[in-house]
Amino acid sequence: MNVYDLIFYLFAAITILSAFFVVTTRNIVYSAYYLLFTFFGVAGIYVLLGADFIAMVQLIVYVGGILILLLFGVMLTNKITNVDIKSGTIHTVPATIGVALFAGIILASMWNTNWKNVNSDMQVASTQHLGFLLIHQYALVFELLGILLLIALIGAASMARK
Amino acid sequence: MIYDFLFKITDSNIIASIIQSLLPLFIFILPFALFAVWLERKVSAHMQDRLGPMRVGYHGALQTIADILKLVQKEDIIPNEADKPLFNIAPVLVFIGSYAVFAAIPFSGAFIGSNIDLGIIFIIAASGFVVAGILMAGWASNNKYSLLGAMRSAAQIISYEIPTVLVVLTIIMITGTTNLQTLSEMQTGHFWNWMILGGPKFGIAKFIFIPFMIINFIIIYISTLAEVNRTPFDIPEAESELVSGYHTEYSGMKFAMFFLAEYANMFAVSAIVTALFFGGYQSPVGYVGNLFGIHWLIPIEQFFWFTAKGIFFVFVQMWLRWTLPRLRVDQLMTACWKYLIPIAFVNLIIIGLITVL
Repeated sequence: MNVYDLIFYLFAAITILSAFFVVTTRNIVYSAYYLLFTFFGVAGIYVLLGADFIAMVQLIVYVGGILILLLFGVMLTNKITNVDIKSGTIHTVPATIGVALFAGIILASMWNTNWKNVNSDMQVASTQHLGFLLIHQYALVFELLGILLLIALIGAASMARK
Repeated sequence: MIYDFLFKITDSNIIASIIQSLLPLFIFILPFALFAVWLERKVSAHMQDRLGPMRVGYHGALQTIADILKLVQKEDIIPNEADKPLFNIAPVLVFIGSYAVFAAIPFSGAFIGSNIDLGIIFIIAASGFVVAGILMAGWASNNKYSLLGAMRSAAQIISYEIPTVLVVLTIIMITGTTNLQTLSEMQTGHFWNWMILGGPKFGIAKFIFIPFMIINFIIIYISTLAEVNRTPFDIPEAESELVSGYHTEYSGMKFAMFFLAEYANMFAVSAIVTALFFGGYQSPVGYVGNLFGIHWLIPIEQFFWFTAKGIFFVFVQMWLRWTLPRLRVDQLMTACWKYLIPIAFVNLIIIGLITVL
């Protein structure tokens, strides 16, 4: 148990606890702010794994973009504190089946993936390799994703004009 | 280098990193905030033909310390209807966001909080916490002025982040690095190697770059000004409309934390502009240390040049504040989306073409 492990468990605890509170708290604004800590914990874990670029993008996109939009939406809604959030248990059987299937898929992909073991104490900057791969090996996928985002943007703009 | 020194003294990399991470706060941010608040009052006073604070110390130099002492003694008021946990966390979150930025700012060749490869991207990412904190403060205060101020502030910061990032992208394209330390090292030599004058590589491209870099600099200066909510972009705390924006309800030390974060942010954006366009910590004319062969003097000189450039841009921010009137909300959005972003895009494409050709 060295410092590295301690930091990992700290970030893991932040992520899991705040994710738990996101779904259990009764106040929408609290949920949104617990989500902030979830994103932060995930970014911390990315940094520990040596994925510095992904961590930064995680912060920029999720904390700087999605979370802020979410808060905007929540705060501009009228009477947010009086919203009756339903958190009872309904549809137990289909929910259990769905969750079990999802868990099964995740566990199966975890076990069947051929994970690379890299010494995480010796971290190398990943940005350059990532950029190189995106422009060479995955150029088509990258451009398709760009077009997809563009379509989404145009769609949002045309909907907002109506 | 400072880290190695601390590591030698304490013989533990955890204690060394903790001390190193606290250095910018105690050696830089707190004294700077004390100085900047005084400077702001003096600049505003002299621009309005007043004297400003004159009683405490020489020309009021100790006025801010007296103010801090007053703030510490004040009662910490939490409104009854406020959301107490969020109300208490918000100033801390805002301060974390602006303090985290200082981790990647290269103060001198010998001191940078964390020499990460993605320095400038980290700075952009960390500022997301400031927005979240401001929204938290505005909402938790349970006051319509606070909420409106927070909304305006967040909308403004998010909008103006786009031109900032576009300008940063052009710099990344030219230099091929996002590490602020490397970027500063590249602009070594004399002032004609600074990015504002086309960068360190000598050639035809350098001279073609110059007009575009000047436009870039103007764009990033305007948009960072808006990101720190300074006049002419201070509609989040427009006194005549919103009392004091998102920190209307705060008093005592919590108000002081917002204030500290604001001044830390002012220096942070000036430092980014300095590091990107004005050679970072490099001296414009060469070093005294090199002249006399005293090598330990160079990092100290670099620190001097960096803070001097940073404080100069902070001074320009104050100068603008007492010169220009405040923008309306629609004018603010027009300025960003209809002028700054298209110009920044054109700049990005042209500079990209020049770099490729």
